Amino acid sequence: MSETLLSVRDLQAWYGESHILHGMAFEVGKGEVVTLLGRNGAGKTTTMRSIMGLVRQRQGSVTFDGRETIALQANQVARLGLAFCPEERGIFSSLDVTENLTLPPVIRGGGMSLDEVYELFPILRERGGSQGTKLSGGEQQMLAIARILRTGATMLLLDEPTEGLAPVIVEQIGQVIRTLRDRGFTILLVEQNFRFAAGVADRHYVVEHGEVIDMIPRADVQASRDKLKAYLGV
Amino acid sequence: MVDILGVPMPVLMGQLLLGLINGAFYAVLSLGLALIFGLLNIINFAHGAFYMLGAFVAWLALQYLGIGYWPALIVAPLVVGVFGVIVERLLLKRLYELDHLYGLLLTFGLALVIEGTFRQLYGISGQPYQLPESLSGGINLGFMFLPKYRAWVIVASLVMCLATWLIIERTKLGALMRAATENPDLVRAFGVNVPLLVTLTYGFGVALAAFAGVLAAPIYSVNPIMGSHLIIVVFAVVVIGGMGSIMGAVVSGFMLGVFEGLTRVFWPEASSVVIFVIMAVVLMVKPAGLFGRTA
Repeated sequence: MSETLLSVRDLQAWYGESHILHGMAFEVGKGEVVTLLGRNGAGKTTTMRSIMGLVRQRQGSVTFDGRETIALQANQVARLGLAFCPEERGIFSSLDVTENLTLPPVIRGGGMSLDEVYELFPILRERGGSQGTKLSGGEQQMLAIARILRTGATMLLLDEPTEGLAPVIVEQIGQVIRTLRDRGFTILLVEQNFRFAAGVADRHYVVEHGEVIDMIPRADVQASRDKLKAYLGV
Repeated sequence: MVDILGVPMPVLMGQLLLGLINGAFYAVLSLGLALIFGLLNIINFAHGAFYMLGAFVAWLALQYLGIGYWPALIVAPLVVGVFGVIVERLLLKRLYELDHLYGLLLTFGLALVIEGTFRQLYGISGQPYQLPESLSGGINLGFMFLPKYRAWVIVASLVMCLATWLIIERTKLGALMRAATENPDLVRAFGVNVPLLVTLTYGFGVALAAFAGVLAAPIYSVNPIMGSHLIIVVFAVVVIGGMGSIMGAVVSGFMLGVFEGLTRVFWPEASSVVIFVIMAVVLMVKPAGLFGRTA
């Protein structure tokens, strides 16, 4: 693994009375694509939201680029260079496509230019004036990813980018993720679609009951098929 | 003399003008309410009190500091806006996680405290506010006499509404506000200081009310209860326009003012209830309001 960019240690999180994360721990190196795999309700989304500072009740340690972030607010976390693409995509219906795309403020230099983003997602230029939520599910997913590429964030948290999409669109999103990795983005991916995850990620963490129970590097995926099947119940 | 449906033209036009004036106040006030409801999820019952405060700050500034109407048009909204910011930081921000009812109770109580304080200090007889020199008198349009100040109120309100609408719909800041209205958490996760945006929105909405208050000062007497009279109607306007809809607030504000004016001509007895009847009908036919988006 390369130099560590994100390090999560003993992360605990609660929603009201329910204790969701029980000591999550994992690391992501600079330039890596890492997935969190696991069944529904295992705590993958909560992990992402906790890293972003969107879960209020949380404890433990999350360091990004060497800085402790556990006590920071979401807007402060984002300013360090983390960007989040939520599971429900979060396209704003009162904004058109261009407004959605340019909404996240640029937090530092080094992000992609609008032209580069359009090159990656030509459809967004064509549909610029449409209401954000009038796009198809796949286009909305593209938009949700596209809008966090301009900001200069170095690490992307993508929560189930393939959920509910047609296979051909899933394939496109896979292409996009590989392109982003080649451009030097570090990516943490939450996935239930293991075949998709296996095609794009360097390493996989298996999450169950709010903690990491196993780590499988890309090279071992074939050999670990049966184990993974048991973990994911597929 | 020309009659329309048995009503002399000057009477009809006079009531139409009065309706437009009232409509202008409805529009500016409900615009602020809509902005605040959209971003804070708070039904700001103190809005009428802030409108009254605007008028009083203008009156006090003239009385004790010699600050005239034109500077007051800027100073009073600023002062009241800052007061609003303090209220939001100190009190309202603790309520966002709770039910609507708490915000309603708090702002209602706040309105009572503010109005009670001014009642204690200045009584309810009202203080006169001199028309600014440059806007006294009027123009004879042939079919009616148009007081300059009334024309100014309508124009100033329209310009204010249009400017606010442009900011919300056409600027980056407005896009952030619309987005934060829909999903504040996500906008925060993009690195935007949403709590600051919320505070400033409340300050701006409250300043709009104060602006309306200064506009109203020379027309109505400056009176501690001027806001509570108006605010009930304004809430009906907001419901008719659609909670949280900017366009709805402005259009239905002016529209209902005119409607009320016309009712005063043709059926005077009904003029004080017509807006509430319309509200009831709108709620039955289109519960989200004329311009409301159904969730």
